[in-house]
Order: sequence, then structure tokens, then C-alpha cells
Amino acid sequence: MQRTRIKTTPSSNLPPVLKNLAVKPTTPGGTKRFGTSDAPRMNQLLIEAGRTERQYWRDLWRYRELFYFLAWRDLLVRYKQTFVGVGWSLIRPLLTMIVLTVVFGKLGKMPSGGVPYPLLVFCGMLPWQFFSTAMSESGNSLVMNSNLISKVYFPRLVIIVSSVITSFVDFLISGVFLVVLMIWYRYAPPAAVLFLPFFVLLAFGASLGVGLWIAALMVEYRDFRFIVPFMVQFGLYISPVGFQSSVVPERFRLLYALNPMVGVIDSFRWCLLGAQDIYWPGLAVAVIDVIVLVASGIWYFRKTEQTFADVI
Amino acid sequence: MSDSEAPSTTPAMPDPAITIENLGKRYTIGHQRANGDGMRHAIEGAIRGPLAWLRSSRQKKLQQVDFWALKDVSFQIKQGEVVGIIGSNGAGKSTLLKILSRITVPTEGRIRIDGRIASLLEVGTGFHQELTGRENIFLNGAILGMTRAEIIRKFDEIVEFSEIEEFLDTPVKRYSSGMYVRLAFAVAAHLEPEILIVDEVLAVGDAAFQKKCLGKMGSFAESGRTVLFVSHNMEAVRTLCQRVVWLKDGRLHKDGKADEIVEDYFNSTSNELSFSCANPDYGLIIQKVVLRNDRGEESNQFHPGEDLIVEISYDAQKRLEEPYVVLGVQGINGSCFTANMLLDGHRPETLAGTGKLACRFKSLPLFPQSYSVKMSVRTRNGNDMIVNYQEVAYFSVVGDLAEYGYKGEFLSRASNSTPVVVPYEWRLPDGTIAPVSLVHPSK
Repeated sequence: MQRTRIKTTPSSNLPPVLKNLAVKPTTPGGTKRFGTSDAPRMNQLLIEAGRTERQYWRDLWRYRELFYFLAWRDLLVRYKQTFVGVGWSLIRPLLTMIVLTVVFGKLGKMPSGGVPYPLLVFCGMLPWQFFSTAMSESGNSLVMNSNLISKVYFPRLVIIVSSVITSFVDFLISGVFLVVLMIWYRYAPPAAVLFLPFFVLLAFGASLGVGLWIAALMVEYRDFRFIVPFMVQFGLYISPVGFQSSVVPERFRLLYALNPMVGVIDSFRWCLLGAQDIYWPGLAVAVIDVIVLVASGIWYFRKTEQTFADVI
Repeated sequence: MSDSEAPSTTPAMPDPAITIENLGKRYTIGHQRANGDGMRHAIEGAIRGPLAWLRSSRQKKLQQVDFWALKDVSFQIKQGEVVGIIGSNGAGKSTLLKILSRITVPTEGRIRIDGRIASLLEVGTGFHQELTGRENIFLNGAILGMTRAEIIRKFDEIVEFSEIEEFLDTPVKRYSSGMYVRLAFAVAAHLEPEILIVDEVLAVGDAAFQKKCLGKMGSFAESGRTVLFVSHNMEAVRTLCQRVVWLKDGRLHKDGKADEIVEDYFNSTSNELSFSCANPDYGLIIQKVVLRNDRGEESNQFHPGEDLIVEISYDAQKRLEEPYVVLGVQGINGSCFTANMLLDGHRPETLAGTGKLACRFKSLPLFPQSYSVKMSVRTRNGNDMIVNYQEVAYFSVVGDLAEYGYKGEFLSRASNSTPVVVPYEWRLPDGTIAPVSLVHPSK
């Protein structure tokens, strides 16, 4: 039986294509271009084994709008098909505030330094809620976005930062509520309130640092899915949310300050309520803590980032 | 392109858009979770399957096996070239694309890319079900690397291309799958990279839409941009690409003119391509899938009107009760026909141990073109896929249509036509009745 070949294709009358373009390393120009003397042109990309890309930080800048888009998506999605909507970001801290006020203030009779107890608690809740939601959201963020990670490139750092930003929006909403609460109690903040932005930055750093670590670890070890809720639960009681850190015995205070949220919460109370004097060694420890957390978080994240797509 | 400032040490030759040198990618198999991609899953399963009970009693470390998905791959792609990448399942195509798209990093070697690159490994990456079409255009655009200003500028064009204007403010979860794909492709099609990498994007959507996609890619290529196109659809590769790179077992097997390589590929598949896969969770191993002709001989070439027998050899290490098997034949324009137990209800009572299951497609009503066979096996309740592969076997239909009574002047176009021919007859005004079918007159 004769074999008929299917012949067709408009492509057959295309100009002849060079055969066997396989690169020989000796090709002049071919290898030379890899030389380091060749300054990278715009849009040139070098992918090489065992070397982190130089253009990472440039890419981070190029994808800067994605920070916003991912955070925007999470916020949009979060309250779709809920009845109370954004109200949830108020109801949660509000209820926690009531419970903590009753437990620590009324039943435990903890000292408040002359500040209305609900205010004291809410001032602690504010950074704590930010930190804990940022921690759990960024922890899950990589796994939740695994479809993106395995299908498209962008600096993965964007995912973490935008989930911290998402939590930050909740933080701002609660912040507005704090203002309302302070007006209600006719409580004017001291002049130290001018330092607030710095402490907000500190809280942001703490959230980002821990978020980076947990997100990267979560990809490889899903155990963190169970560990994080524990940390959130215990942290609420270990950190001075429902009470003032001055109740901690003096000799343990520096040790206690190793939890970066201790320094953050204390400073929030200091600059918003002027309730207690700031414990400077504690704040110094917190600042160092946060710097170390962020630096090491970025380092570890960058180290593991390249294998996310293979492991996730 | 060539900047006057750029040092002109090399002759006026188009610069390579992509240079790949000694590229290698190693996976360590064994400790990965069960949700790896198809290929890794399959290999892992095949290794573990028969020895699972033995291994589990020993040290876990034994399970770690190194596997090179790519090894020593080197080639160059020039600016403006349209290159197809072909190869059987697990040949390393996806790995290559993932490295080029910077989703994963190579273990060895390097790549230099000159120009803004965009890759489409999937249609609709990052689409969110709850968000509206409008919101998803922005989200997806940003994920693919467009700026907000760029998206706003192209918004109307995107909407027009996608043909979903009236549903722009409906959440995409209410879209039909066709609308979804159209919108997703519309966004991707409006990226303006200098180098485009496309993976099987055309495997989705209806025929008309696939044509539109192909057209868009064609015009993209004509405008002098570089395209890298991975597909199992050989006709699409042949029409679109000038050059084809054939990967086999993670290595570069052949590289050359599209027509020649595709022809080689088809000729070789009959001897070399034996598909196998496994799903360790269900203990099912598909040992091979072979195609046989009327006479029961193994073959990858059929004549129109011949029977096609698809024979699956399996090894069910765990009893599999009442599975559903679905087979389908697909050509240039997508699915041609299918044998679907989900619909016809003739399923095996149980699969246990080794055995064979076959399906005979009678008198193939197909034009001389290239085809592939897809296969999936589902669980008893029909909900879960045990295995699901787009390409388990390839075959071509060959023959001179003149022998079947075809005599049109444009007969050569049959190779691009809709391939399935149901027997029909023309009734002409003068009373002539002209029957046409792909049954060989000698039968």
C-alpha cells in the first residue's frame, strides 16, 4: 500500500530557516555576550543556576502596582457575600475589647493608671490585631495563591507585603474607632502622639518580618497551619493586650520585651494615652527585634523563594 | 532594536532573543506532596507503586530519587522567529517553559533573554471567581505585568475582543466557560511583549475561539516578534512555526524546519511513544495505550474508513469498582468524537490485577490529518479523576481522497478542513444525487 504524505501548510513557502541552531559555545559573539563587561541593557534578563537574580529589586519596583492590586482583591473578596461587610473589622476587636475589659479590668482588677480600662485595652488591641491578622494572612497567602506561583512570575515578596497591607487597612478602620472611643471618654492624647507614625512603622515591620518567616516555612512545612492559630491565641495573653506591661516584675521586663509586640503595644499606649512612662530598654529591644526579624525574614524568604513553585 | 549607542562589535546579524546554554533542571522525587504536576506525579507513582509496601517499612530516605527533567539543553532563538516546542508527555517542555518564565530556577546552565518577555502558561491565571469581569481585567492584567495606565488604555479593546460587554459587571463565577476563556485570553492578547511564550493555551475553548487565538498569535508573529509555542497540536505547530525544537527525555532531540521535524516526530511516535502513567492513590497503573487497525496490528497510520482500536493495558493494584473510562479523538480543530462511559453507561464492574480494555471506533470518518487520543478514568461516583491525559497516543490518517470519490479543485484544503465527515449526499437541482462518504469504494 502506498503511503501518502499529508502535504499542506502555508509555512512551506516561508524563507528557509537556519537548520540546527544549537549553540556551540565557541560561536563568536554567542559566548562573549555573556561576559560581565557587557553592561546589561534595558529588558535584558539573565537566568542562571545558583545565582539569585540581580534584577529582583528592580522587578519589585516594576511590579509595585501589584501590591495594591492584590491587597485590593483580598479586601474586595473578603467581605463579598457577607451581611455585615466591613463592619466585621470593627466587631471583632470590639467584642474582644469587651471581654478583656471584663476579665482583666473588672474581675482581675488590674491597674489602669487612671485611664478608662476599655481605652487601655483597645489601644493594645489595635497593634495586636494588626500583627496577628497579618501573621495568619501572610502565612496562608502563598499557599492560597499557589495557582499564581506555579503559573506566572513576579517577585513573591509582593504577596506577603500585600497581605500585610490588607491587614493594615483593617488596622486603619479600627484606628478610626479608637478616635471615636477617645472622644466618647473625652480623653485627649498627649503630645507624644506625634511619634505614632514611627510606632505604626514598627508594628508594620514586626508583622512583615514574622509574616515572611511563616509564609516561607508554611510552603515547605504545612505544620505551620496549626502552629499559627496557637501563636495568635497565646500571643493575645502573653502580650500586654489586656493589661499593662508594668504589672510584670521589674527583673523580668527585659526578658519580656523580647516579644516585639511588648515594645510596640507599650509605645502605642505611651503616645496615645500617656498612661505609663515608656520603658526605654524594652523599646530598644523591640526595635532591634524588628530589624532582625525583617532582615532575616527577607533573607530566608529570598533563599527559599526560588523553589516555591517546585514545592508548593 | 539596534541602538546607535550599542557597541557594534558583531556583524549586522539579528541578535538572539533567547540564548539557552547547557540548561538542566533536577527534581528530587520522593518527599514531595501528592499534588505535584502530572508528570512528576506519574513518575513518583510508578517508582513507588510496586514497592510501596516494601519501602514504607524501611527508611524514608530511600525514597528520594533524583530526576533530571531537563539536561544539557542548548539552543538559540533569534528575534522574530516563531519556534514550536514539541515532545511527548514528560519530555521537559513544561519545565523549559517554567524556567523561561522564571517560575522556577534551573539547576545548571543559563539563559539570556533580550526583550520584554511575557508567558501564558494558562489562560486566566489569577482570575478570582468572586470578582466581576471588569475587576478581573485589572487584576489579571496587573498579574501579567501590565501597569494600571496600560490596562486603562487598552480596556475597551480588551472588552471588545472578549465579546462579553454586557456581563462586565457580573462576577466571573456566573460566566459560561466559553465567556471565561474569552475574557482571559483577551487580557493576555493585549500584553505587548517582544517575546511571547505560549503553552497549550489553545487547548481550551470552542473551535471558533481557537481560530481567533491562532489568528492573534499569527499576527503577533507577523509583526516581527518572537514567539515560543508549546503544543501537542502538530497542525497548529506546523502552520504557525517556522522552526521546531523537539525535546525527548529532557534533552534536545532535534531542531530544525517545522515541516521536517513534525514529520519525523510522527514517524517516530509509532515505535517510541508508549504512554504510561500511574496514580498511586488509587493503585492504578496504565501500562500502555496502543492503537490497532482492522487486522489487529499495532499501527499509527490509518486510512479513512478503517477501524481504530484503542487498547489500554492496565494494572489495578487496588480493586477499582465500576470506574468510568472516557476516550476521545482530537484533531486540529479540537475534539472530533468520544466514547464516554459517563454517558453510555457501559462500564466495567471491577478492575483488578492486570488486564486490557479496548474500544473500537468503527470506520473512521476522518480526513487525512493528524490526531491524538485523550483518555481519562474516573471513580465510581464519576466525580474524581484517577487519570486524565490529553495525549495518550497519536495517529495520522493517510490516504488519497481521490480514491474515495473526492474530486474538488481545492482538495488540498482538506488538510485544514473540519476533519469529521458524516456520510452525506447532495441533491442537485437537476435531480442528481451525489453521495459522499469516507468508506473506501473497495469495501
